[in-house]
Amino acid sequence: MRCMKLRDVAGRLGLKAVAGDGGGTGDDALDREVSGGYVSDLLSDVMAHACEGAIWVTTQAHQNIVAVAVLTGLAGVIIAGGVKPGDETLKKAQEEGIPLFVSDLPSFEVVGRLYTLGLRGGARPCQGA
Amino acid sequence: MILEMSYDITGGDFAAAGEAATKIKRALKQIGVDAQTTRRAAIIAYEAEMNIIIHAYRGTLQARVSPEGIEILAEDEGPGIPDIELAMQEGYSTAPEKIREMGFGAGMGLPNMKKFSDEFHITSEVGKGTRVRAVVSSSTALIMNGSEV
Ligand SMILES: Nc1ncnc2c1ncn2[C@@H]1O[C@H](COP(=O)(O)OP(=O)(O)OP(=O)(O)O)[C@@H](O)[C@H]1O
Ligand SMILES: [Mg+2]
Repeated sequence: MRCMKLRDVAGRLGLKAVAGDGGGTGDDALDREVSGGYVSDLLSDVMAHACEGAIWVTTQAHQNIVAVAVLTGLAGVIIAGGVKPGDETLKKAQEEGIPLFVSDLPSFEVVGRLYTLGLRGGARPCQGA
Repeated sequence: MILEMSYDITGGDFAAAGEAATKIKRALKQIGVDAQTTRRAAIIAYEAEMNIIIHAYRGTLQARVSPEGIEILAEDEGPGIPDIELAMQEGYSTAPEKIREMGFGAGMGLPNMKKFSDEFHITSEVGKGTRVRAVVSSSTALIMNGSEV
């Protein structure tokens, strides 16, 4: 698998970060390599099975998704299905530096596109970054 | 003891949910604990913290780092667990509908804690509270690092 930065993954899906993109601080979370993907709306399931550096697709949008992303070491979160995160979620993601994206497409479609880009369910070591 | 942390957790406080575990994770990273061990300890701490928030009235979450490893201790005042064996089964949850809508209540928290720890003990008294102690030992961390190459 060719290594892809979060910025490129988001770009290929036409997604713009709504929070946590570093805000031009130089410490840019969008430069992080994406190791793979995971899709689930159950938080403990994500904690147990998502790999470090993965991008997480979910229809959960409340602020607890940010803690899950931080603790699991995820690269970013795509909130799918047209669900809109509230202000607390955006604020928390900003504080913690977790990039959040919003898509009107259902989770199935988002995951399908990520898969087409070459991302897989298990984390792969990124080579030749 | 290299480092000791203790946080008060309030039942039902979903706004602060995950904060204690996030602080623990940050501290472990800062003192140079390897990524794999930090991740395991962070997951255990998070599930323990959430169980107090979801199921109990109030409690404390502690983390102690020593050369032997990381110990996570969660103690709460709450309804307790009548059947621990049942509670340890993956998929078993008494979380109410409102909380399930938020993505909690998969019944995976306790099994996760056990899976990611080297030592796991849970005791509970109905009407009083619950105590969970988990250890991620540094020796397995070294082995995991070795096999990762
Ligand atoms: N601290 C606690 N006090 C009282 N009951 C608890 C406590 N922790 C767990 N339980 C009981 O054990 C069950 C299983 O816990 P577990 O953490 O595995 O799942 P959950 O919290 O229901 O869902 P999840 O952790 O997947 O979000 C709970 O539903 C609850 O009935
Ligand atoms: Mg739980």
